[in-house]
Amino acid sequence: MLIAVLSGFMLAAVAPWLTRSLGDKAGWVLALLPALLFAYFLSWMPAVMHGDAVVVHYPWIPGLDINLSFLVDGLSLLFAVLISGIGTFIIIYAGGYLHGDEYLPRFFAIMFSFMAAMLGVVLSDNLITLFVFWELTSITSYLLIGYHHENKEARWCALQGLVVTVGGGLALLAGLIMLGNAAGSFELSEILGSGEILREYPLYTAMVVLILLGTFTKSAQVPFHFWLPNAMAAPTPVSAFLHSATMVKAGVYLMARLNPGLGGTDLWLYTLGIFGALTMFTGSFMALRSTGVKAVLAYTTVMALGTLTMLIGIGTEEAIIAAMTFLLAHALYKAALFMLAGALDHETGTKDILKMGGLRRLMPITFLTACVAALSLAGLPPLFGFIGKELMFEATVTAPALALFTAGLALISAIMIVAMAAVFALRPFLGDLKETPKKPHEAPLSMLIGPVILAALSLIFGLAGFLPAAALVNGAVASVYGTPLDVQLYLWHGFNLPLMLSVVAVIAGIVLFVKWDRVLELFARMPFIDRLGPERGYERIMDALVWVAEWQTRVLQNGYMRNYLITIVMTTVVATAWTFFVHTGQGVPLGEIDFRIYELVVVGLVVAGAIVASVTRSRLGAVATLGLVGFGIAMIYVFFSAADVGTTQIMVETLTVILLVLVLFRLPGFQNLSDTSSRLRDAAVAASLGGLMTILILAVNAVEVAEPISDRLVHWSVPEGFGRNIVNVILVDFRALDTLGEIFVVGLAAIGIYAMINLRAEDKGK
Amino acid sequence: MNAMGSLILRTAARFLLPLLLLFSIFVLLRGHDEPGGGFIAGLVAAVGFALYLFAFDAARTRRIMAMNPQVMLGLGLLAATLSGVPSIFLDQAFFTAQWWPFEVPGIGEIKLSTPLVFDIGVYMVVLGSVMHIVLALAEAEE
Repeated sequence: MLIAVLSGFMLAAVAPWLTRSLGDKAGWVLALLPALLFAYFLSWMPAVMHGDAVVVHYPWIPGLDINLSFLVDGLSLLFAVLISGIGTFIIIYAGGYLHGDEYLPRFFAIMFSFMAAMLGVVLSDNLITLFVFWELTSITSYLLIGYHHENKEARWCALQGLVVTVGGGLALLAGLIMLGNAAGSFELSEILGSGEILREYPLYTAMVVLILLGTFTKSAQVPFHFWLPNAMAAPTPVSAFLHSATMVKAGVYLMARLNPGLGGTDLWLYTLGIFGALTMFTGSFMALRSTGVKAVLAYTTVMALGTLTMLIGIGTEEAIIAAMTFLLAHALYKAALFMLAGALDHETGTKDILKMGGLRRLMPITFLTACVAALSLAGLPPLFGFIGKELMFEATVTAPALALFTAGLALISAIMIVAMAAVFALRPFLGDLKETPKKPHEAPLSMLIGPVILAALSLIFGLAGFLPAAALVNGAVASVYGTPLDVQLYLWHGFNLPLMLSVVAVIAGIVLFVKWDRVLELFARMPFIDRLGPERGYERIMDALVWVAEWQTRVLQNGYMRNYLITIVMTTVVATAWTFFVHTGQGVPLGEIDFRIYELVVVGLVVAGAIVASVTRSRLGAVATLGLVGFGIAMIYVFFSAADVGTTQIMVETLTVILLVLVLFRLPGFQNLSDTSSRLRDAAVAASLGGLMTILILAVNAVEVAEPISDRLVHWSVPEGFGRNIVNVILVDFRALDTLGEIFVVGLAAIGIYAMINLRAEDKGK
Repeated sequence: MNAMGSLILRTAARFLLPLLLLFSIFVLLRGHDEPGGGFIAGLVAAVGFALYLFAFDAARTRRIMAMNPQVMLGLGLLAATLSGVPSIFLDQAFFTAQWWPFEVPGIGEIKLSTPLVFDIGVYMVVLGSVMHIVLALAEAEE
């Protein structure tokens, strides 16, 4: 299981070389991995289809309760099968679509990383692991959306997607940590059983809101839906993958996953129900206004995500069955439609539906496949999409609350979707052949095999409803609902309200399709719709962010060493002194002072050196007296038998002198730039820090909170660390990780200084 | 700077550099039992090279170092990080020290261990960092 999840990352590492050496056949060969994964996940099917769950456990950071544990049940398997199955076709398709593209090797590397991250999200049992994979999908999808990185707009769209989803991700992290604390476990398999405790948790509302912020941003729910259509900047294989089975479904997955634990409350029902229904409506409405092949599909994706959210919110038996069926149906037809949209765009050179026409003779297979997939999108029999839509209507009319609201919006959305499905499947193919930038012909096999098979599956699953019902949907429903249900999916449900709604939707939809040109004209006269979108809000927030960043940089990062020092010192003094005096109250315990005469002499020298250094008018004098301070401190270390520290101090002092000599000649002449008042201010700052430290050290000597750790380190040094030099044993053995961090800091500082010196040299060279 | 270096300084530096380097290795290796260790030893070696730099010039110092300080810095970080890895394969926490002491006739016990590798890494990072900065300053000067 671990290998199955991580194999994508491994392949990603070698994918660029493979792509170059395999040439034309790269897509086909690389698709073997997702195909193998698909077979592997299918083999798990019998184990989980009746609502059982299998947990596979690998300890990762056991001390922090973070494990690489994987939960395989119906829900995660449904997603894993979709990700790997559709992923297989996408990789083949990408090989054809991006044929000869110079960045193709990089594309495959990111694509496989993304796929692996996605599998990680849906299979993780540990919340923290899930979150790590979740963020990995955000980052890799950022790279995928910004694939055309030389294009400014693509970069902007990618950044927008990243900011929205990662911003939500932060909220999600907080929510997941609360969830883990509330349930007393970070393993989903244990959390989901403690729904009672979770719903009684005092911070339940905050927890749900935070988690939903994460899932809503990821799954493009209103008002965060705007990033998804912009993600169309990605090459079509990416859009097809991201929008059918992966990225945007991650939010839906998490809501479905947490439904047994968090669901069943009014908050859950109303939030998901209302936002889901609004998203469904917004998506289909915006689809109606679009004329780009990919834009239409992107907005229908928003519609589908809204529908799924709404159904999970309703949470009844019917709703969960509908959600899982709809999810499977949507993944099948949406992936197919996106790949077909890419084929159209690839072969004609335009993305605008209005500019295409009469392609039925030139691209017959594309036409036929588009019709089948679009029928499933429109929800017409005998396709699988019809079953999904019927179940969705049934779930809304029987909802315990919001029935009228959700059913009404569902009907309106369905009408618009029927119209747009017809637009997508018919407009480019019927009518007279139109002049397009490229001379169209049928797409290559690699670009057709995916859509044809997926569309065929939509048909087969529709006709033989028992096939997916027995396997995929049944298991998934059991995991989401909490208890196994007997799911039967048939085309014919008898004469009932859902069927009536479907008939109304189809008839009204066809009317809308016929009048579509008129509708577009109508919308063209209402430009204010664009201004109402929440995308404006996003722009405002980003502008404000940049403004604040500039302001705080001006104020804090002003380039004056003295200001930095004052800020750092005063923050330390105020924060420490406040905490210290609040906790000690009035009486500050002061320890006994016990000193030898030679210690006093050295301290006197250090103090004298410091005073001279700050008042002298000669630079060399300042350097010399500072050296006195440094060597004096080294002496104090030696008195207290810290020979190592003392030696280091002496070496550092020596090196400081060397560095000073190197820069001494480059410094401007010695001037007195500070006036008396600023010198007094500096003296006050310095005195406050010195005074505070003195009091702290005296207090530390007087109070013993716990047994000092130094005794034990001394005791352990020889038997455990095999060394008599305790300082060194601590540095390289007991606290080696700390030292590692420190030497990384040393190295980074060196590189930073090097860069700064060369920057100055370059400036001078100009 | 070459013209400024005095004959005495140059002669002294030529003899002092190998001595200081030897001393730095001595400090590095005894560090586990006596005062010393990678940090101090790295600084001692850096002082030696800095002295050489004063007597001669940056190009010549680079030549005698034989390794680009930037590369040395990176290798040091790598060595220090890798020294924590063996324990993982023995199912222990990252950075659990591993000891492989063995007797060499006539010399005594040699304590080969991951902390030693770690300390050598620290040594290289300190020496690499200091020389990286000092050489950059000297070259900017020239």
